[in-house]
Amino acid sequence: MNPTAQRPQTLLDKVWGRHQITEVVGEYLLYSDYLLLHEGARHAFDAMLETGRTVHRPHQVLACADHYVQTHHRSAGVQAIADLSVRGMLERFERNAKAYGLPYFGSFHPQQGIMHVVAPELGLTQPGLLIVGADSHTTTHGAFGCLAFGVGASDALHVLATQSLWMRKPKIMRISVEGALSRHVTAKDLVLTLITHIGAEAGIGHIIEFAGSAVRAMSMEGRMTLCNMAVEAGALSGLVSPDQITFDYLHGCQYAPKDADWDQAVAYWKGLVSDEDAHYDHEVTVDAASIAPSVTWGTHLHQTAVIDAVVPDPQNFAVGEARDDVESALQYMGLTPGTPLTSIPIDRVFIGSCTNSRIEDLRAAAAIARQGKAVVPAWVVPGSMTVKRQAEAEGLDRLFIEAGFEWHDAGCSMCTAINGDHLAEWERCASTSNRNFVGRQGRNGRTHILSPAMAAAAALTGRLTDIRSFG
Amino acid sequence: MDSFISWTAIAAPLDIPSIDTNQICPTRFNKRAKGAAFDTVLFHDLRFTPQDAEQPNFILNRDPYRRAGIIVAERNFGCGSSRESAVYALLAFGIRALVAPSFGEIFYTNCLKNSVLPVVLDDAICARIRNQLHDSAGAEITVDLQRQVVRDATGADHPFDIHPLRRQCLLDGLDDVSLTERYADASAAFERQYRQEFPWLTKPGNYPPGSS
Ligand code: SF4
Repeated sequence: MNPTAQRPQTLLDKVWGRHQITEVVGEYLLYSDYLLLHEGARHAFDAMLETGRTVHRPHQVLACADHYVQTHHRSAGVQAIADLSVRGMLERFERNAKAYGLPYFGSFHPQQGIMHVVAPELGLTQPGLLIVGADSHTTTHGAFGCLAFGVGASDALHVLATQSLWMRKPKIMRISVEGALSRHVTAKDLVLTLITHIGAEAGIGHIIEFAGSAVRAMSMEGRMTLCNMAVEAGALSGLVSPDQITFDYLHGCQYAPKDADWDQAVAYWKGLVSDEDAHYDHEVTVDAASIAPSVTWGTHLHQTAVIDAVVPDPQNFAVGEARDDVESALQYMGLTPGTPLTSIPIDRVFIGSCTNSRIEDLRAAAAIARQGKAVVPAWVVPGSMTVKRQAEAEGLDRLFIEAGFEWHDAGCSMCTAINGDHLAEWERCASTSNRNFVGRQGRNGRTHILSPAMAAAAALTGRLTDIRSFG
Repeated sequence: MDSFISWTAIAAPLDIPSIDTNQICPTRFNKRAKGAAFDTVLFHDLRFTPQDAEQPNFILNRDPYRRAGIIVAERNFGCGSSRESAVYALLAFGIRALVAPSFGEIFYTNCLKNSVLPVVLDDAICARIRNQLHDSAGAEITVDLQRQVVRDATGADHPFDIHPLRRQCLLDGLDDVSLTERYADASAAFERQYRQEFPWLTKPGNYPPGSS
């Protein structure tokens, strides 16, 4: 008998336990409900071919073209893509997906989009599941109370071949955000602030469960933004226990359970909460009211400040590593200490990525965009074609276009800059994506990470802007 | 998978914290097939100018570090993207072992699955080894998995932890799929029961159709 069964359990314990096939000295073989793949999975497919293996459960693999797809002039077809290596990745992915009979969401599928947007909106991401993705932001799906994390090609191959993978059990950290977020403060500001507080390595070896009244009040979109960026705190994943907001989001989704199955599923899902007195390895409590609109100024995510602050002075950091970090970040970013963040001019704006490209994000950005005209190139790249259609049904595309924003097809686009959309050298971008790392949006490109509304505001003013100065 | 027992090589000290996988292997090189095509990819944008000239002050462009087989790094090495190509780039350069105070989680796993050994040692010990290496360029160190120690440039041993199953897989050169095949019966039984317990997951209409 398992002695842990009597102990109060965390949500992690419950989901983990349900997927445990076997244990070998503290390493577990876990059953995986879904594997998510994008075009970058070529090395996993190469290895499949080399080893002559077959896919164990093709229907539990989702092949989503998102990284290399074109987000404008797509209707010209894949053969119109000038960069043959990009075109080759798309064609190779389609060949592989079809060769193994995988559900395939290619460039022209009406539900195409970023895998972390598509799986939830189709109702495939459900509480209690274990989802593995060949992509680090698979943590996004933890917003539904499932265990979801990114893996490399070797583990992706393993899941393809066996629908399972080997894992050590992570520790669990709970971050409770209590109280209410202020107006104009979003899940993005919250998660940037959390990473800055706890550090970009605090999560290593952990899963972070987000809890507290501010998280309970948050939409699924907000929870996805939070869990999406848990990986940027070093965590294996983020986790939010499911509740009525989760069930309402899933109800009626294409692949969610229906009728009597729905009732049975909800009854199970309702049990997916941490028991009272469950043990956490770390606990952090945050006052929601203390969070303000924020933006990154450096080349790592903990290099974040509130928008009305100034560029930090390296002299205020301890001699050695801490000071060197700030100095090298400021040098790359081309910023002078003491400069008010709101006076930093930007060259372009990117609204998109699996962090902030869902309908709620586009609504927030459009509400600002409609108040003026973009003075720098500003792109809106919806997370999926489904989001795009919904936004068009709501008239958001018109608001954006009239305000001088570009309205694109769905994909990762300038978040990771491998489909041909990238910053020019030393261009400065206000971006709703998730990584401000050196070269992330193009070689020597400079990235300031912020919320969708703040990105739209920056487009209208041509500089980083305090959203609180808008109505 | 190649086995890993012990590895002695010139070690390069890298003092920059939080080097993400995009620095180790810039995104545009992900498209390449694993293998020799990755030889110039490692730290590409730090190693080469946009015109593809070598950056003379980058450590791996200096002798004797061109022949380095180990990197002693800073905190959070390999954070960021899950791309396994970061490990292919290390392998193509000839790096078989890494020593650092902490590693990006997915990167750490990816290393183990390619027979590259990532060793976690204390911050202070890593700093001490990096200093030794700066003082005596080209010094060799040993990462000994059998004995679970790193022997530094002065001959001092530093024990490290590694999960026993991972250690055994590396020593035996056993890949995960082969390991899992030993549990085929347990896996099949588990899946049968799982599908009974959550019938809605596998009901036709509740998952997208396959392609052909
Ligand atoms: S949008 Fe960016 S972070 Fe998200 S999956 Fe695509 S490339 Fe990765």
